[in-house]
Amino acid sequence: MRFTKDHEWVVLEGEVATIGITAYAAEQLGDVVFVETPEVGKVVKAGDGFAVVESVKAASDVYAPIAGEVVETNTDLGEAPDTVNALPESGGWFAKLKIADKAQYDALMDRDAYEAFLGTL
Amino acid sequence: MSDEVLKTTPLADAHVAAGARMVPFAGYSMPVQYKDGVLKEHLWTREHAGLFDVSHMGQARLRGVSPLSAFEEITPGDFIGLKPGKQRYSVLLNKQGGVIDDLMAARPDDDGLFVVVNGACKDNDFKVIDNELAGQVTIERLENRALLALQGPEAAAVIGRHLPAALRMVFMDSRAMPGFGTNILISRSGYTGEDGYEISVPNHLAEAIWNLLLEDERVRPIGLGARDSLRLEAGLPLYGHDVDQSVSPIEADLAFAVSVKRRDARDFPGAARIAKELAEGPSRKRVGLKVLEGAPAREGAEITDGSGAVVGVVTSGGFSPSLGYPIAMGFVPPALAALGTQLKVIVRGKPQAAQVVAMPFVPNRYVRKI
Repeated sequence: MRFTKDHEWVVLEGEVATIGITAYAAEQLGDVVFVETPEVGKVVKAGDGFAVVESVKAASDVYAPIAGEVVETNTDLGEAPDTVNALPESGGWFAKLKIADKAQYDALMDRDAYEAFLGTL
Repeated sequence: MSDEVLKTTPLADAHVAAGARMVPFAGYSMPVQYKDGVLKEHLWTREHAGLFDVSHMGQARLRGVSPLSAFEEITPGDFIGLKPGKQRYSVLLNKQGGVIDDLMAARPDDDGLFVVVNGACKDNDFKVIDNELAGQVTIERLENRALLALQGPEAAAVIGRHLPAALRMVFMDSRAMPGFGTNILISRSGYTGEDGYEISVPNHLAEAIWNLLLEDERVRPIGLGARDSLRLEAGLPLYGHDVDQSVSPIEADLAFAVSVKRRDARDFPGAARIAKELAEGPSRKRVGLKVLEGAPAREGAEITDGSGAVVGVVTSGGFSPSLGYPIAMGFVPPALAALGTQLKVIVRGKPQAAQVVAMPFVPNRYVRKI
């Protein structure tokens, strides 16, 4: 699993990257009441806003940590957006991307580096 | 704004100790939520009793030869008819009939009027009152007092343990009385739609009284996040969002604040506009919207009619924790304000179905009779 400074995580299996937000982000956001996931087929660049997660109070963008084409979205979040709070780094994933450039993945932080980064916040 | 020095209320240390997330609000560092989070705090208040720090609001005494009649010069309420022991919701009006601020004005005792105004507006409000009523009233700002609100179905039982006399009050009663080892000003009111009380206490005792109330297991501290979602469900406007200086009380669906007695007299600022809107209807109206699909529509989201034409804007909106779907309030032309009217709200470019529904969204539970 790799991480960004915007608190997204990525798991890469072959050419497919699964993306979600970290436990830290879910905690900061509070109770998630709505998630907007991207449409399958959408092509995103690294850094593009590709999903929106809403708490009672506010909407927050989720940025694609890596470029690719959306091949699957987590449709369960429509009925159960609170999965993002309950299982942020597993069942609360947002979308799977067929990635274009594995080097972007390799450049992301590993867990130790992300936790060190959290320590600076 | 980032280097602005935020003021603190006497409860700041208590908030931090309780795990509050503090944010800038109305020039103060205020708790937006505690450990439970907005959703749980909201539901706790609806089911039990929530304790709020609203000390950022402006409290003042207006005194003079006849402060009640003087106050009628800048508000559309019947203050001459305000009985001792009662409180009234009203609005300060500008000369165009726009709302400078909304407020509570009370007669807790014989010492003039006790007014509570919004924190973000208080300096301007007191300047307006001072300018407009110079020579008639003096203003004593009660900066030595904090304000607590206890709201929810168990609020009365909790307060009653400390202050049995409070149980004999009904909605919009206001009293000055001994309580909590000091002299308090208390009203049976709030801004959540629930039964409850607002209690003005000396700053130096605020933390002790706050902690005493929290000792009761029915009481939890509630932040501004849940206060906002609670008042939205109650259909209550928030100044600076749903109401501002351009909006008349008639447009804002606050016609009840314009006393029947004074509608004929037309002796308040902007009376011509307000009388015209009462007679002919306003050109826009604040309505409640149930968002039928998709994401919450928040402040600033456009409202369109069936053909896609923009007809208005959302002024407050979010997810309703009690109802489990998004709700909003906003302004639309009167022809589209009827209950059941089908509209759209535009969220991130996407039109979503919405319907005009009655407010309050969640029935209020004020205790009007005991």
